Amino acid sequence: MNTRALPLYATIAIFLVAYLICWIQFPAMLSTRVIGNLLTDNAYLGIVAVGMTVVIISGGIDLSVGSVIAFSGVFISVVLRDTSLHPLVVFPLLLAVTTLFGAAMGGLIHGLGMPPFIVTLAGMFLARGAAYMLTIDSVPIDHEFYDTLRRLYWLMPGKGRLTLLGIVMLLSVVVGMILAHRTRFGTSVFALGGGAHTARLMGVAVGRTTVLIYAFSGFMAGLAGIVFSIYTASGYPLATVGVELNAIAAVVIGGTLLTGGSGWVVGTLIGVLTMGLIQTYIVFDGSLSSWWTKIAIGALLLMFILLQKGLLALGRQQFAGTAQT
Amino acid sequence: MLLSIRGLTKSFPGTRALDGVSFDLRAGEIHALLGENGAGKSTLIKCLTGVYERDAGEILLDGRPVAPQSTHDAQTLGIGTVYQEVNLLPNLSVAENLTFGRQPSRAGLVQTRKMRAQAEEMLSGYGLDHVNVAQSLGAYSVAVQQIVAIARAVALSGKVLILDEPTASLDSAETEMLFSVVRDLRERGLGIIFVSHFLDQVFSLTDRLTVLRNGQHIVTAETAEVSRLDLIHHMLGHELEEAEHRRHATKTAQQSVLTFDGTGRRGKIAPFDLTVSRGEVIGMAGLLGSGRTETADMLFGRTPPDSGKAHDDDGPVSLRNPREAIAAGFGYAPEDRKTDGIIGELSVRENIALALQARRGWWRPLPRAEQRELAERYIERLDIRTSGAEKPVGELSGGNQQKVVLARWLAMNPRFLILDEPTRGIDVGAHAEILRLIGEVVESGMSILLISSELDELVAASDRIIVVRDREHVAELVGEDIETDAIVRAIAASDAPAAAPAAEVAR
Ligand SMILES: Nc1ncnc2c1ncn2[C@@H]1O[C@H](COP(=O)(O)OP(=O)(O)OP(=O)(O)O)[C@@H](O)[C@H]1O
Ligand SMILES: [Mg+2]
Repeated sequence: MNTRALPLYATIAIFLVAYLICWIQFPAMLSTRVIGNLLTDNAYLGIVAVGMTVVIISGGIDLSVGSVIAFSGVFISVVLRDTSLHPLVVFPLLLAVTTLFGAAMGGLIHGLGMPPFIVTLAGMFLARGAAYMLTIDSVPIDHEFYDTLRRLYWLMPGKGRLTLLGIVMLLSVVVGMILAHRTRFGTSVFALGGGAHTARLMGVAVGRTTVLIYAFSGFMAGLAGIVFSIYTASGYPLATVGVELNAIAAVVIGGTLLTGGSGWVVGTLIGVLTMGLIQTYIVFDGSLSSWWTKIAIGALLLMFILLQKGLLALGRQQFAGTAQT
Repeated sequence: MLLSIRGLTKSFPGTRALDGVSFDLRAGEIHALLGENGAGKSTLIKCLTGVYERDAGEILLDGRPVAPQSTHDAQTLGIGTVYQEVNLLPNLSVAENLTFGRQPSRAGLVQTRKMRAQAEEMLSGYGLDHVNVAQSLGAYSVAVQQIVAIARAVALSGKVLILDEPTASLDSAETEMLFSVVRDLRERGLGIIFVSHFLDQVFSLTDRLTVLRNGQHIVTAETAEVSRLDLIHHMLGHELEEAEHRRHATKTAQQSVLTFDGTGRRGKIAPFDLTVSRGEVIGMAGLLGSGRTETADMLFGRTPPDSGKAHDDDGPVSLRNPREAIAAGFGYAPEDRKTDGIIGELSVRENIALALQARRGWWRPLPRAEQRELAERYIERLDIRTSGAEKPVGELSGGNQQKVVLARWLAMNPRFLILDEPTRGIDVGAHAEILRLIGEVVESGMSILLISSELDELVAASDRIIVVRDREHVAELVGEDIETDAIVRAIAASDAPAAAPAAEVAR
């Protein structure tokens, strides 16, 4: 067996076991309705988490994404309120802004040799501040196109609704998977995560790759912002505080190494779903406070990190036993 | 002229690594680049391939000036390089490492199956049939990684192939195979730059050689017209003081300090008995992968033994992990010093004091003055080329980094020190100095287990020699028997003579 994929298998196994436990207690949880809602409710998180996965695989981190989502919502709602532009014009405009914003952060990280943590932390404050500059209130979005988008769904067997938002999220995951695992760019991302010095000696265009990585994350954050604005039908500068941390948690639960160099985009999807599952369980139970979600996610994270360490050690040993070279 | 370098100059803070060096490479020649540790060989290569920005000088490729800004540029120009520090990524698969930057792709998507087929194709001819190209590179031994790096560089080199100490972790069969590949490339008209401290390899492989000393060009000549002594003289700037052969003491009445009874580990090394006497050098000979490093790892508790026991005068000694081994007065400078040895950001002084400090415990820091004194002593003794004891080790040349690791273990003054290939990558001058130092420390009572592929070195330094073959201790040579022919015979003697070289290649 290929030892590289062990953490991914663990992620999938844990998700299935968790689902099984939920199902035994609440058989209703295994329905397309629950699954449809799971996808819709977590669509924006899944989308940013795909961007975050790529960043983390490269050995970086992007703390700005939560603020960028809030900025996106505010930007869209304010532009729609104050101008007569159609959302289909506003969306590309916004995506251009967030992508450039990400690219600029990538450029600073490479050009000044600054740690991504610092640069994106500054980006986080900057984006949040920009959102405040546009408005300090919650601005409702009242556009008929938005109503249309919200009503778009595909009725799955069993009456579950696969909404447009859920579909966009799944598509993002597919795109992320292809980008990370099937392109030369993706290999460069993994190479950077394996060691920037070595990557440079191997001929990775470090600067270009870094800029592209953060541009991609910025794009995904913008897309998540659009999805979030459809989901809530409003823009609010105080929204999605701390979402970057949820995204990081989903990435790690998904089997990606926080230190970079190894990971799976599809694992991140499962990480997001696992976190959503816990939330759903708490809703079904009814007696539990929603804070239990945080505690459960904390415990899960810890468990995952331990599990990954254990599995990796085991895999290495087995490999050493069979294929000693 | 395929490649001309004119007046290349490069300074680092506190050091002038290259001082107006000129160098020519013809198409269809293998050109050795030689010099002491810290002479500037690797720096020359890095300036040439765009890793470092040069301060002055020009580089002409096919008569046209070039200025690569990165390894990537150099690759595009047809210059493939194996850097001294193995430059591959353990977290990528073997296939990705081999094809990196040129993965076959259609419509932007990498064609995995085709990529793997290409990778297998690239590896054919290097005897690595057992390697699964889809597996992470990090799962394989350093030797395999080295060969993969070479295969990659060969495939990238349209015009020039640069090999910076490529044979440092290869055994003789692998080295031979590499040489036949390189000769083949010479036939095809490539220019090859070959850096090595193994002078035998230089004489058997190369057409011309260039010697650097202290960042300056000393001489360029046809290899065939230079004698070994002259070459050493060019490199060192003075004659080599040969380490005198040790006495091969057969002092039977020696006081034994450590005894291992039936120590072994299934799948690693068959149980063996070993008695270590005070002030003795035990040599260990054998092919790469025969069980030498496994023995060392086990004696130091890195892969603890599953049978047998060890004891000294005071009773049993427990060796379940390196910590216990260090507590029992053991020291171990492992073969793979690049990954196990140094901490690049720490200074020379801190790296040397590390093991000593670890043994004292962190709550009893070694006084700084003492550390300094220690560092100065070893910098002097091992001729570590550094601008000072406070220089980060990562900025030293490869060979000098190795000397720092050796210094660390010698400074700890263990009663039993295991040295696995202590002279790999170290220049001829320092080589003799290290052997002399070994002679000195055993005088003061330390016992040493010396693992080496260089038989001359073993013969010169050891009191007795253990020969390992197929994961078993098969012979012990003492006194008059210690000479290279006897060792070779003991290594080669095998139930199935034909199988031995094959097994070696497969590793
Ligand atoms: N990144 C760096 N920063 C500062 N000094 C450096 C750096 N790289 C090399 N040097 C210095 O330049 C000099 C030449 O080093 P170089 O690595 O070229 O030696 P070398 O000939 O390759 O030696 P070796 O045989 O040990 O590999 C050394 O004195 C070294 O300390
Ligand atoms: Mg070097």
